Amino acid sequence: MTLFGIRIPMMASLIVWALLWEIVGRMDLIFLIPPMSDILQAGLRLVQSQSWQNASIITVRSFVIGMAFAIGVGVPLGILMGLFKSVDRLMALWVNMFVSAPLSALVPVLMILFGLGETTVIVTVFLFAVWIIVLDARAGVMQVPRSLFEMGRSYGAGPWTLFRKIVLLSALPEILAGIRIGLIRGVKGVVIGQILVSIIGYGELFESFSRNFEMASFWALTIILFAAAMLLSAIVEHFESRIEYYAGARS
Amino acid sequence: MTSYTKTGEAGGVHRALDDLLRGMGRVFDRVPALWSVASLAVLCTAWQIAGLVPISFAFPTFTDTFAAFLQMLFDGSLVYAFFITLQPLVLGVAISATLGVGLGVLMGLSPKAEWFFAPVFIVLQAAPMAALVPLVTFVYGIGLTAKTLAVIMLALPVIALNSYKAVRHVNPSLVAMCRSFQGTRMQRVFKIIIPDASPVIFAGLRLGVAAGYIGVMLAELLITPTGIGDLITYHRSVADYAHMYAAVASIIVLSMLTLVALQRIETRYLRPERRSA
Amino acid sequence: MSNTVRAESAHALDTGVGDAVVEVTGICKTYGDVEALRNVDLGFERGKLTTLLGPSGCGKTTLLKIIAGLVPATAGQVRVNGRVVTGPGPERAFVFQDFALMPWATVMRNVAFGLELRGVGQAERRRVAQRYIDEVGLSGFEEKYPHELSGGMKQRVGIARAFAVNADVLLLDEPFSAVDEQNRRKFQEDLLRLVALQNKTFLFVTHSIEEAVYVSDRIVLLSPRPGRVSRIIDPKIDRSTTPDEIRRDPGYLDTVEEIWHGLRHYAE
Repeated sequence: MTLFGIRIPMMASLIVWALLWEIVGRMDLIFLIPPMSDILQAGLRLVQSQSWQNASIITVRSFVIGMAFAIGVGVPLGILMGLFKSVDRLMALWVNMFVSAPLSALVPVLMILFGLGETTVIVTVFLFAVWIIVLDARAGVMQVPRSLFEMGRSYGAGPWTLFRKIVLLSALPEILAGIRIGLIRGVKGVVIGQILVSIIGYGELFESFSRNFEMASFWALTIILFAAAMLLSAIVEHFESRIEYYAGARS
Repeated sequence: MTSYTKTGEAGGVHRALDDLLRGMGRVFDRVPALWSVASLAVLCTAWQIAGLVPISFAFPTFTDTFAAFLQMLFDGSLVYAFFITLQPLVLGVAISATLGVGLGVLMGLSPKAEWFFAPVFIVLQAAPMAALVPLVTFVYGIGLTAKTLAVIMLALPVIALNSYKAVRHVNPSLVAMCRSFQGTRMQRVFKIIIPDASPVIFAGLRLGVAAGYIGVMLAELLITPTGIGDLITYHRSVADYAHMYAAVASIIVLSMLTLVALQRIETRYLRPERRSA
Repeated sequence: MSNTVRAESAHALDTGVGDAVVEVTGICKTYGDVEALRNVDLGFERGKLTTLLGPSGCGKTTLLKIIAGLVPATAGQVRVNGRVVTGPGPERAFVFQDFALMPWATVMRNVAFGLELRGVGQAERRRVAQRYIDEVGLSGFEEKYPHELSGGMKQRVGIARAFAVNADVLLLDEPFSAVDEQNRRKFQEDLLRLVALQNKTFLFVTHSIEEAVYVSDRIVLLSPRPGRVSRIIDPKIDRSTTPDEIRRDPGYLDTVEEIWHGLRHYAE
């Protein structure tokens, strides 16, 4: 957007929204919305507090383990589905069903199977993230141009070399895109998991803040989470743009 | 090949098995739906075995779960639960659709609207909204309003962003054609942009419905359980795991069926694949 | 059959045009650092078919779109019927290279679209559109959708649509480039027939030398980087003979050769 001839970047509108929030907060319309400045102060206090730091360690740990499993299982499964029709036909039903299903309905089941602890959260993260990773990896493999395959074989490449040097690299943009979306879903998973379990990590913090009506701290924690999700997504996007130069030229 | 060197019955059995497998393979190829049936069968068998082992005291067998499902279906409790759960879903999606398509089209057409709204929606779509759902109760209590709001919180950003993208990706040649015949701005929007964008807008609505299901489930688990959420939490509290699992499975299956139905409607009436003319 | 070739300087305002329905003076167009057109002065004679011909990057489509009012010029003026124009107008109609048909509308609705935008009543629209649908040879296809038509048929819809608004000037942007070879030749012949029937002015852009020489009363050669007029050629070909004979006419063949030689070094 240009205003008076100066180009203003899009994300700058978030600053305008923050200002609006400050004004609405100061008007004291509703206790739910404290002024942005209070939130920022609460945030600074929060990150220095022991409870937040402990909660973060738990949260990050569950998230990382869950995502590691999701990527470690999801990418190979997606690749197998893309390469072998039989695997695809067998698994396609489930993957397509779970990728858009309300997975939070499964969390109560996970809670009774895995208890009220980190394991449940890790499994939640895994379940939230894995399906889109599988689908995108599959899509990446399926759109490898035939001619690249044939080129490799005509130069005598064996199946493992073909896979490593051609299929994997050609599918990489989609695989990364799937991981990026998987990360976002994983953050949602860790939050939902912890909130429903509600006695660990950020879930516990959210619970205590809302119980004690400490809204500024509540929003501060929320903003930290939102920012973390956007940051992760931006990091993966950076990697995607590094290989984007060949993404468009594949076909 | 060895079957031909075997004598008598053994050879005949081998051959028959061979023919059977080959025949099955052909049928499977001709009716791809059979693969879905097969994978369902595999899952149910694995489930049954896991339940029989049992891998956990809280893991019922497939047959128990299916029986519980049938029982809830026939005594009406399942249908009633769906009726309650679907109310905020339908209401929330309807409101999100109206607001979302309107805002999305506006963002697509006006750079100022885009600048102001798009970043917020992008953040909201990526954000773990589950953290915010419990907040609704402070203002709206625990009734239909609160749950509908939860649905809107999740569905609106998705629908708005997809409508925005749809408008931005309208075929520029068609827009130029309209200009070349001196079409007014209104004519451009209503005769060219919206018709060309409608397949993608509809796809966005479908995603909005998926998000709505997530929203309503979050509402029932985080605000207060009614409908399906009530079935799940009640049966959990009395340790009737077969009924609990059946309720969970039923909502997941319902969401899948809704989305597939929407996709069929989309392909039949909007024909997105024919749009590149 | 001899033909007259006139080398014109790019700045001559008096382009020797009789009744110029379209005049462009001093047209410049820059995209950032790229100079697409520099100081183009041209006149287009009423009732004639003038072709803009040149290698890629010479700005021919840009010039056509500037005349159509779809692209603003960085400098210079476009006059139609003596009046300065800055945007699209009812006296000009554009035919698009990629057809620009609404995929959700029938042939009838697509052809009548220009009239629909003007608020013409439905019965009248159908009547006019039907006439032009018949004239371009698409009778019977009124209720078909674009995806059911071949490339050639789609372009006929585009041409019918442009005729239906009864503009003085028809601007065609490489209309046959997306059509296969056999249909292309047929179209060129049909175009000649339409030009003879209607008293309209045609502005045509193509990169095919044969096509230009076949259909044009005048060819404006543009050279690239920056786009400017390099030559103007008036092929003198007797078009009253059969299509095949025209393509064997020595005047036709010589003109094609000559232009090809002139443009050759752009391909190297």
